Amino acid sequence: MSNLIAGATGDWEIVIGLEVHAQVTSEAKLFSGAATEFGAEPNTQVSLVDAAMPGMLPVINKECVKQAIRTGLALGAEINCYSVFDRKNYFYADLPQGYQISQFKQPIVGEGTITLDFKDGSTKEVGIERLHLEQDAGKSMHDQHPSMTYVDLNRSGVALMEIVSKPDMRSAEEAGAYLRKLRTILRYIGSCDGNMEQGSMRADVNVSVRRPGDEFGTRCEMKNINSIRFAQQAIEYEARRQIDIIEEGGTIDQETRLFDSAQGVTRTMRSKEEAHDYRYFPDPDLLPLEFEQTWVDELAGELPELPDAKKNRLMDELGLPSYDAGILVSEPEISVFFEEVAAGRDAKMAANWVITNLFSALNAQGKGITESPVSAAQLGQLLDLISDDTISGRIAKDVFEVMIETGDDPEKIVEEKGLKQITDTGAIEAMVDQIIADNPDQVAQYAGGENPKVIGWFVGQVMKASQGKANPGRVNQLLKQKLG
Amino acid sequence: MSVDKETVARIAHLARIKMPEEALEPVTGSLNNILEWVEQLSEVNTDDVEPMTSVVHARLSQRQDGVNDGDMRDSVLKNAPNAEHGFFAVPKVIE
Amino acid sequence: MSDLTSLSMADALAGLDAGDFSSKELTQSYLDAVEAGQAINAYTTVTADQALDMAAAADDARAAGTPGPLAGIPLAVKDLFCTKGVLTTASSHILDGFHPEYESTVTSNLWRDGAVMLGKVSLDEFAMGSSNETSYFGSVENPWRADDGQSRVPGGSSGGSAAAVAAHLAVAATGTDTGGSIRQPSSYCGLTGMKPTYGRCSRWGVIAFASSLDQAGPIARSVKDTALMLGSMAGYDAKDSTSIDTPVPDYAAALTGDIRGLKVGIPKEYRLDDTPAEILALWDQGIDWLKQSGAEIVDISLPHTKYALATYYIVAPAEASSNLARYDGVKYGLRVPGDSLIDMYENTRAEGFGEEVTRRILIGTYVLSAGYYDAYYLKAQKVRSLIARDFEQAYQSCDVILTPTAPSAAFAPGENADDPISMYLNDVFTVPASLAGLPGISVPAGLSGEGLPLGLQLLGRPFDEETVLRAAGVLEEAAGFTAQPSKWW
Repeated sequence: MSNLIAGATGDWEIVIGLEVHAQVTSEAKLFSGAATEFGAEPNTQVSLVDAAMPGMLPVINKECVKQAIRTGLALGAEINCYSVFDRKNYFYADLPQGYQISQFKQPIVGEGTITLDFKDGSTKEVGIERLHLEQDAGKSMHDQHPSMTYVDLNRSGVALMEIVSKPDMRSAEEAGAYLRKLRTILRYIGSCDGNMEQGSMRADVNVSVRRPGDEFGTRCEMKNINSIRFAQQAIEYEARRQIDIIEEGGTIDQETRLFDSAQGVTRTMRSKEEAHDYRYFPDPDLLPLEFEQTWVDELAGELPELPDAKKNRLMDELGLPSYDAGILVSEPEISVFFEEVAAGRDAKMAANWVITNLFSALNAQGKGITESPVSAAQLGQLLDLISDDTISGRIAKDVFEVMIETGDDPEKIVEEKGLKQITDTGAIEAMVDQIIADNPDQVAQYAGGENPKVIGWFVGQVMKASQGKANPGRVNQLLKQKLG
Repeated sequence: MSVDKETVARIAHLARIKMPEEALEPVTGSLNNILEWVEQLSEVNTDDVEPMTSVVHARLSQRQDGVNDGDMRDSVLKNAPNAEHGFFAVPKVIE
Repeated sequence: MSDLTSLSMADALAGLDAGDFSSKELTQSYLDAVEAGQAINAYTTVTADQALDMAAAADDARAAGTPGPLAGIPLAVKDLFCTKGVLTTASSHILDGFHPEYESTVTSNLWRDGAVMLGKVSLDEFAMGSSNETSYFGSVENPWRADDGQSRVPGGSSGGSAAAVAAHLAVAATGTDTGGSIRQPSSYCGLTGMKPTYGRCSRWGVIAFASSLDQAGPIARSVKDTALMLGSMAGYDAKDSTSIDTPVPDYAAALTGDIRGLKVGIPKEYRLDDTPAEILALWDQGIDWLKQSGAEIVDISLPHTKYALATYYIVAPAEASSNLARYDGVKYGLRVPGDSLIDMYENTRAEGFGEEVTRRILIGTYVLSAGYYDAYYLKAQKVRSLIARDFEQAYQSCDVILTPTAPSAAFAPGENADDPISMYLNDVFTVPASLAGLPGISVPAGLSGEGLPLGLQLLGRPFDEETVLRAAGVLEEAAGFTAQPSKWW
């Protein structure tokens, strides 16, 4: 698959690196005991530490350390049992300390890898440069007052994992696949809820362009993009912008640009960005973070099955095609749902029902898997009814529709609506005899051999007469017998 | 190493301290005296010496996760020069 | 009743226990003395009502048979400790009107043990200085004056603390020591002051100057008082990640008076060429006193001593430049309006910080800035490792180290004002131990030719304050320093 894009003067390659800020799933903040819950009243989840009151000191939350280690393990990355917290110094209204506690030279997690999956079944490895823990900033609101900016520190001090990729991606599609895959992994291990609308996962997107085979070009960064679609739009727009500039003889200024999601464009920030000089140095309020390898091993042993491993298992053990397996592992909740449906049943049939029937029904209702009116157990029961010939596949679809509407058990629906398949040969035979007696013309066609397909018509008639409940196999068998 | 007035102006801005033009000269002189004085450290051979990270020979202790702080908006805002509607208020920032 | 203020802490506790006087009486005596001693300019805030309430509570506790170890003892608090509901300024304009909603761990410990807060005392702005001349609230006067009647600085940065205790405006006071800020003013004011091991006292609620160096400690009138007060101030605090979880011994019990066989190191590098003869003579006297008490004198070498000050004046300003970034006019304290957020920051910080603080912020910002970090900050932290290693090696052959506390007696106001480096040189003997995080004490040992107090410093191993105090007790006994400033205020 070629990712080159055509310019007026030839082909160009896009180079993309992503820095993802993922909020660590924890009750309390990285260095304070204030809550992290989303959506609270302004400044109600702020401790004296978060507000940078004089003399306040940070104390690290073990859960955040643990989740960073688990995430590193899930990314196949090296875990550094010795890491250092540094202060990143800059002034901003929503940065109460005047510095952010982060990790600069010695992060907790080193190099790792993410495998991207594409629809055509191909894969690509993207390198992870590092993962480090840091504090989130507060939130500035510029539109609440004509001359003032309002500052809410609820987010101030919330633990983030900054996950930095290598500049290994070459298209917006790859960047999207990277973000989806990273989110999936984070959600599998539960270290981040991956909720981009609520800002618990944001991406800084670095984009440059070059002639294939050339050195990297000058990059521009779009910060804090909170949807995969926006990230892809920003990349597409930015790459085209840079190509146009270079092709017109211009050069790219290295800068941070704003992505305007309403217009789908990136633009220079209105405020003149200052040259940053963050003056990183080890935070003297904290000692270096040290832990034993045995803890890391213990956490590694407790990690759940990761999406790549699960996908391989679905393919190898259950014989599912790559695409189906990919869909079924894309969200931890989906994989759990599927595995419950598939347990002890025909896996392909289960996959088919989940992907085709359930997902289209949920899509139509705008619901996610966790809000499904049909539970995994209920869908399993429905499959059982098909397998043991209680209902036909056709009737099952009707039953499923009712299940989606009512949330009722399939047995109940089948019972109440009298949808049980007729397997009694005598009853079917009577219907077959009746149809044959009523339709001598068609019988003649069949007997004359002019139209052997007319048998299908007979089956249809019998099924119609039985309101779909006759066992189609039995009907076929009897018709062939009787029509000779 | 020594600093010139432009450097001092840049550093003062980085530190967000307004430095009037007439103050730059004396401040530059004073900083240069100190920088010249600390230059003596270059005499010390520090090859293979690890920088001090902490005088405390202990491991960073890690607290258990749990909410036991916050929910004190009045205390947080009490000393603020300007607080409105539960927010800190600052001169408008244009992004 | 005025002579109640001349009692040491130990004697005052005995008097309270014996029922000779109440804490309310003792406290009132001090409040009267504070009122009469305004010329010293030690206090920035007097909390008279609170003091009398606390005294009454201490009296009640004593009546009920449940007094804390310091029940009823009136203390002054360096205005770097955050005190709940009480103006806390770090002697800086930038903290105008700041009333913390919290109490520092160290002062909480003191109040837990029944001590009484008289008020907050002045310091060099943000503890940056050695003379108390950089306080926004004006210079503090040393109660001691030269024989010719000339005024002297009390030292710094805990100058208000030392002046208040020396003038009997408090039984004792809290101080903080970053590069000598407890020991040097104690020496200048004829008092005992101790900087414990870094990590011994919690820094939670103490306004930070240089986080890797700041330690709280007591300034008092005797070694025993120092031991009593440190026992209350010290202790592990889970809210301070650099606080060490180790038991606090009974420091007063360590004062056995017996130092037979104790190895006292004498570092040859502290014998500087330009140290005044009277300082060197006092040091020799101190060596002799300890030897006569049965200690063994050991010559030691701390080869990187001469680089300590330069190291300190990189590390401390670097940390300060970051620690003081939070004073930005947004959350508390002074705000000077501006056209934009940045303008507001710059106006606020220009007006809020004094000259010395500004100078250190600029130095600190510079040494951390891109391109200079390795040459300055990283280099200094490497030299700091060497300085700490010097002490580790020295303690292989000795138990404590004896040195002068300061290279001179208290100097006259303005004497070092124009030359920051000459001011910095006051800390030449105290800074090395600060860089290594070691405990140190200054004990008054004699008078200068001008009739001003001079102190000797004892340093110890990490968390071995007991041995330092024990040796200090012997030094105190031998020196028999009983001189008092003549009251001019």
